[in-house]
Amino acid sequence: MSGEIDTGSPRQLSKEALAARKRRNIWLGVALAGFVVIVLLITMVRLANGIPERM
Amino acid sequence: MTSRLETDSVQPAYATTWAYIELMKPRIMLLVVFTALVGLVVAQSVSGLTIDIFMASVALFAVGLGSGAAGAINMWYDADIDKLMLRTSNRPIPAGLIPREEALSFGIILSCASVLLMWMSSNLVSAGILLASIIYYGVVYTIWLKRRTPQNIVIGGGAGALPPVIGWAIVTGSFSLEAWILFAIVFLWTPPHFWALSLLAKNEYKLAKIPMLPVTHGVTNTRTQILVYSVVLALFSSFPTLIGFGGILYAITALILGTVFVWMAIDLKFSEAGSESASPIDRLKAVKLFGFSIFYLFLIFAVLLLEHGFGMFYSVKGLVR
Repeated sequence: MSGEIDTGSPRQLSKEALAARKRRNIWLGVALAGFVVIVLLITMVRLANGIPERM
Repeated sequence: MTSRLETDSVQPAYATTWAYIELMKPRIMLLVVFTALVGLVVAQSVSGLTIDIFMASVALFAVGLGSGAAGAINMWYDADIDKLMLRTSNRPIPAGLIPREEALSFGIILSCASVLLMWMSSNLVSAGILLASIIYYGVVYTIWLKRRTPQNIVIGGGAGALPPVIGWAIVTGSFSLEAWILFAIVFLWTPPHFWALSLLAKNEYKLAKIPMLPVTHGVTNTRTQILVYSVVLALFSSFPTLIGFGGILYAITALILGTVFVWMAIDLKFSEAGSESASPIDRLKAVKLFGFSIFYLFLIFAVLLLEHGFGMFYSVKGLVR
């Protein structure tokens, strides 16, 4: 493939590749949202229990 | 400058979500979380301290994430040798599903998230050990030891042995003799487990220029080392009973499984497993020992979980009296 010129035009993705990218993005969003929720819940539990002795 | 088409030729067509899970070595993650859970449950039972079930769940989740992070870093660094070996050639990076740099970024981000979650949900000590175990596996073992010394598995085994100590620290915020005994069991278990596998994949390791024991010291020496470590492991597994946190059920299980482990190691020692002239039966002996070692570790820890988490602890001292 060497010698090919980079035209800068976007790569054409197949239907499967687009669907996979969409699924990956959804999972990434779910993971980020999950992280935020876990941090929120930890904070709430910590506040409810007071300052832990073994911190 | 690399052309887009040239880059595309080594880029994946597309990576599935499962490829990212595979990057985290999910089977190892399960074992790591399980041994950490046992450390946590035994610590609660022995110390009398308790931890909020939600916080404990998040802490164990963080252990799993940390293990996955170390696995991703390992796959990033080992991508060049993974593609040379049949057993690892279908991993996400050599299979062309995930770009190498992305695996490293994934591993670093997961490492940060896991240590942060651990700190928030438990304490600084357990977060510190988790960070240490990620560095131990991802840097000390993968980058420094694996390609340099035949003792890679022995020293590197320390990383895989830390989860019960983390589990203990999640509850107590400190270490104790019991935690280090659990550490030692996993530590002593690691060499015979991996060397049995390396007997089967000796030629692949040789091709990839990894100094595994069968490659550097020969298969006869490896089979002897497997036997030595199996005997030491079987003897050491009686320590939980001697210290007092292993009950009758544990004592019986450890005795039976330890005896079987040693018997299989003796059988392997006097076979030709790993050599070019090995028969299928000899090869099967290495396969069986590898499989049994997984069963051994799982059952040893499962029994401790039953004794301390499900009220099945009956002290051996009580029986003697």
